[in-house]
Amino acid sequence: MFRLLLRRLLALVPLLFLVSVLTFSFTAMLPSDPVDLILGDTGTTEQHDMLRERMGLNDPVVVRYARWLGNAVQGDLGTSFFNSVDVTRAVMQRMPVTLSLTAVAALIAIATGIAAGVAAALYPRSWIDRLATIGATFGQAVPNFWFGLILVAIFAVNLHWFPATGFTPISQSPWDWLRSVTLPAVALGLSSSAAIARQVRSAMVGVLQMDYIRAARAQGLSARRVILRHALTNAMVPVIAVLSFQITVLLGGALIVEQVFAINGLGTLAITAVRQQDIPMIQGLVLVMVGMVVLVQLATDILYGLLNPKARPS
Amino acid sequence: MTEAPLLQLDDLWVSYYSRSMLGFAAKPFHAVKGASLTIEAGQTLGLVGESGSGKSSIANTVLGLVPPSQGKMVFDGQDLGALKTRYPAEIRRQIQAVFQDPYSSLNAAMTVEDIITEPLRVHTKMSKAERHARAVELMKMVSLNEDHLNRHPHQFSGGQRQRIAIAAALALQPKLVVLDEPVSALDVSTQNQIINLLYERRDALGMAYLLIAHDLALVHHISDRIAVMYLGHIVEEGPADRVYYQPAHPYTRALLDAVPQLDPAEQARRRAARKAAPAPDLQRVAATGCPYRNRCPLAMPRCEASMPPAYQVEGGGTAQCFLVEEQTRKGAA
Repeated sequence: MFRLLLRRLLALVPLLFLVSVLTFSFTAMLPSDPVDLILGDTGTTEQHDMLRERMGLNDPVVVRYARWLGNAVQGDLGTSFFNSVDVTRAVMQRMPVTLSLTAVAALIAIATGIAAGVAAALYPRSWIDRLATIGATFGQAVPNFWFGLILVAIFAVNLHWFPATGFTPISQSPWDWLRSVTLPAVALGLSSSAAIARQVRSAMVGVLQMDYIRAARAQGLSARRVILRHALTNAMVPVIAVLSFQITVLLGGALIVEQVFAINGLGTLAITAVRQQDIPMIQGLVLVMVGMVVLVQLATDILYGLLNPKARPS
Repeated sequence: MTEAPLLQLDDLWVSYYSRSMLGFAAKPFHAVKGASLTIEAGQTLGLVGESGSGKSSIANTVLGLVPPSQGKMVFDGQDLGALKTRYPAEIRRQIQAVFQDPYSSLNAAMTVEDIITEPLRVHTKMSKAERHARAVELMKMVSLNEDHLNRHPHQFSGGQRQRIAIAAALALQPKLVVLDEPVSALDVSTQNQIINLLYERRDALGMAYLLIAHDLALVHHISDRIAVMYLGHIVEEGPADRVYYQPAHPYTRALLDAVPQLDPAEQARRRAARKAAPAPDLQRVAATGCPYRNRCPLAMPRCEASMPPAYQVEGGGTAQCFLVEEQTRKGAA
């Protein structure tokens, strides 16, 4: 197991390198000139040339990339074009916000998705199965920002149970953090919950028909033990693949939901950066986001190996 | 036969109720129609019949997986048919099972040790070390290498997997083991090994077997008594030798004719006889009358009028066929 982990971690190095090349070259290919962006129409040609020389933009692209990568490896993602903010610090400041939103949404999605999927699979064609199917269709069809607005209208504006906007860090007040993160996390997690529920249901229906379930029941095990220990561990194997994908979707979705709830996470940062064509900020954000996605996939791969002995290297 | 039998089924019915789209109850399907069977402690009852005859439904009912819709089931002096809830745990651990396909009957996510000690974990208060010691013992009992306890099922062959399934079934030292087609998924060379293993273990541990199979020759080899099922009815039942060598029911005879023969002329005769008999037509099986009459070469008008009751057969056992009654009458006259 440890060797597998080590091997997977080493495999990340070329992957992250490739991502860094792509991120850098895409932003380098943008037709806009950073110097024009910074100075605008003001400034003389000499001033433009001076700034260009100072920023090292006259160097060949390979040199610029090597310089950027060298700094990035040391944790320095450069400085924003616009407000001289350190990109690494800006990203690290916002990251806990987006991560906690994504994590809570993922927890909600996994818990409700598995529960609904299992319940539907245990009683196929019952009212609970039908309710889960309708709920899953609804959940996957509804856009998260619209659902977020509806949640705000009901639970924040009318009932005053939760704040309508904003985010309280968990270090400041765990209770307020929970209140501030609940509505956006529910809005964000709904579609993933639906996708997981569908996958769990179909996997579970298949597993429940297997002979080893009949064998477990014939041994006289309780229904709970048969479902949780024998059926669910096997049904989770195909679900893990969906899970990994859904967490990636949640990370992307968080950027939009943050806008609805006026949360200062990576999303707000990214949208501002794109609008201003703040290239160092965009590069840094993309690199960090890809890093998170890669780590999530690594975690789910390991989980997959734990649940499915056949996928383990012997 | 002074002791009460270990398992007694009396006029057992098993029915399945499918639900239509709108939730109305559809017509029930009766998989078992009034089966009566007895298994003595330490003995083997072979239950044969073609697929769809209801033999697996009997197995599921005995294992407590499917409730009987009617009838009595007495195990070790306790009337289980009367229990509306699940079997009590002390009964549950006395009945274990080995299923047909060892490729799907073992949980791929568990190690061999977890698989064979799972019944111990649920039904006993054994410590982890005690369970491990028992697992080692069980591996020896089924001639598997004890060093392989932490392997997973996919690392074993079909025959080895079936040995694992048998080890799990033996873990609690049950009084009755239901063997549902235990060798039909294995290749022929492995079949004999598994049958011999089951044979040895039964004699060493004094368990009773309910052996379900479609191969009469194999069933005869290992059983004390044989019961033959056809479309939910037990059409013949009796001591293994009597049923095998002097079958009383035409259906049992047809099943015996299906056992391949070495003599080509005999084989050709049997093949011709099989072709003459049409396959069962479920639509044409009326509610009354003998279910086998459409296929029976010896059917008589009275077979259509009413279901033959179970007649005593000379040499032991019963058969649900009017011919038995007529032969007995002729013998008496």
